[in-house]
Amino acid sequence: MAMDKPARQDPLVTNDADNIGVSKRSAAAGSIQQVGTRQVTLETTVGMGHKVALAPIREGQDVMKYGFPIGVATCDIAPGAHVHLHNSASRYTVIRDRESEK
Amino acid sequence: MTGQAMQGWLRADGHKGICNTVVVAYLVECAHHVACEITCPFEGQDVHVIGFPGCFPNDYAQGMMEALCTHQTVGAVLLVSLGCENFQKRRLLEAIETSGRPAHLISIQDAGGTRASVTAGRNWVTDPIRQIANVPKAEMTPADPVIGTICGGSEATSGIAGNPAAGRAFDRLVAEGATCIFEETGELIGFEHVKAEGAVSPELGDALVETVQKAVRYYDTMGDGSFSQGNAEGGLSTIEEKSLGAYAKSGASPISGIVKPGERPPTAGLYLMDVVPDGTPRFGFPNINDTAEIVELIAWGAHAVIFATGRGSAVGSAISPVLKVCANPETFARMGEDMDVNAGRVVRDAAGLDEVDAEIRDKLVALAHGSRTASEDLGHHEFALTSKVFEPLGPACLQVAG
Repeated sequence: MAMDKPARQDPLVTNDADNIGVSKRSAAAGSIQQVGTRQVTLETTVGMGHKVALAPIREGQDVMKYGFPIGVATCDIAPGAHVHLHNSASRYTVIRDRESEK
Repeated sequence: MTGQAMQGWLRADGHKGICNTVVVAYLVECAHHVACEITCPFEGQDVHVIGFPGCFPNDYAQGMMEALCTHQTVGAVLLVSLGCENFQKRRLLEAIETSGRPAHLISIQDAGGTRASVTAGRNWVTDPIRQIANVPKAEMTPADPVIGTICGGSEATSGIAGNPAAGRAFDRLVAEGATCIFEETGELIGFEHVKAEGAVSPELGDALVETVQKAVRYYDTMGDGSFSQGNAEGGLSTIEEKSLGAYAKSGASPISGIVKPGERPPTAGLYLMDVVPDGTPRFGFPNINDTAEIVELIAWGAHAVIFATGRGSAVGSAISPVLKVCANPETFARMGEDMDVNAGRVVRDAAGLDEVDAEIRDKLVALAHGSRTASEDLGHHEFALTSKVFEPLGPACLQVAG
């Protein structure tokens, strides 16, 4: 969807220790997410409830939500990137993306 | 509704049920159709089908059926047997009769087949419906309600809105003296040590960690965890993230004990139900779907179950009402008819939690005054029961105060 002006959104941050925000609405690629004075631009379109990196997350570093590690980054994640199955993983149970499996 | 007491039908054992249901229970899959046919003329009345499909005996299933057939919501029970299955039908019948409820057993093989059994069953059900209408009603005290909670169709909004709303309701109910139960040790994975800190004793905390580690071992053997495609599509990436969101539905009250399905709690408070079988994994996944879990919460004595959903669930349940709290405003817009409470506003405004809790409270009270849930209005009375194996609870799991 082409947009003249990138829309600004305030993602939900559940804890000060978090390095991701939760998108309150579906947000288009290129739109700006703002938390306090921090701004990131979305790399891709992100659905409601999905996570957006608010800081650089290095490979092997914890992804933090609710103030707790919810998994580890499986590659370097840049601010503004969608954080999901393609770049983070559980420490406990392997999560399979069944829809994309052949 | 604020301040109004709940009321229920007073059973011989002193429990008060907020519904007055006739249960038609099949004791093997071979009798399932006959049980359903028996209930057809009573559509719209509280006549529900439950049952156990297996032919092989299972102590857990036997105990569950006994707990369900003597649940405070149930006024009378018709058992439908094929005749040759291994279920201990006489034992179940005796347990129901001892509880003071009208009960009857039909064997399809003895009655002369399907048509004769259906006719006999319909004839029998007509009487108890009249009989149980005369069971006296009594006002419930704040200590009487037993409320379960479950989340299903979970996604990121569940952890932000639906589960915290259920948790807020649980905190209030426990403070008022009620008994609350949460389940799914498989969804405490990654968070068990934090939750264990909320246990009333260090020994109970250790037991809680052990039940969650048992769940990890069990799911590893099954080759799959408590995580669905819909969880991922809704923004959840890991079981830890799902657990953190799911954990919110139990609130912040101290955990009084761990129970297993079919057992009633000794005192009021907040309990964790350990739904993962003990010993070598057998019989497949601990709970094959949400309904199997709801049934376990009801067998544990739940008057009603608060069901927090994000993706959207359509289910209700036999026996006790299921109050659906929808976390996702987009889901509510699409399938609001299936929902009882719209918690979606909390996603964008955390201050909405108190309003949502007030709505949950009012809806629960209204259920005890004849109001119906969305799923009941739509005719949902799902039921699922499978085989499991449980060992007795360890000594640290239930520490009765005083």
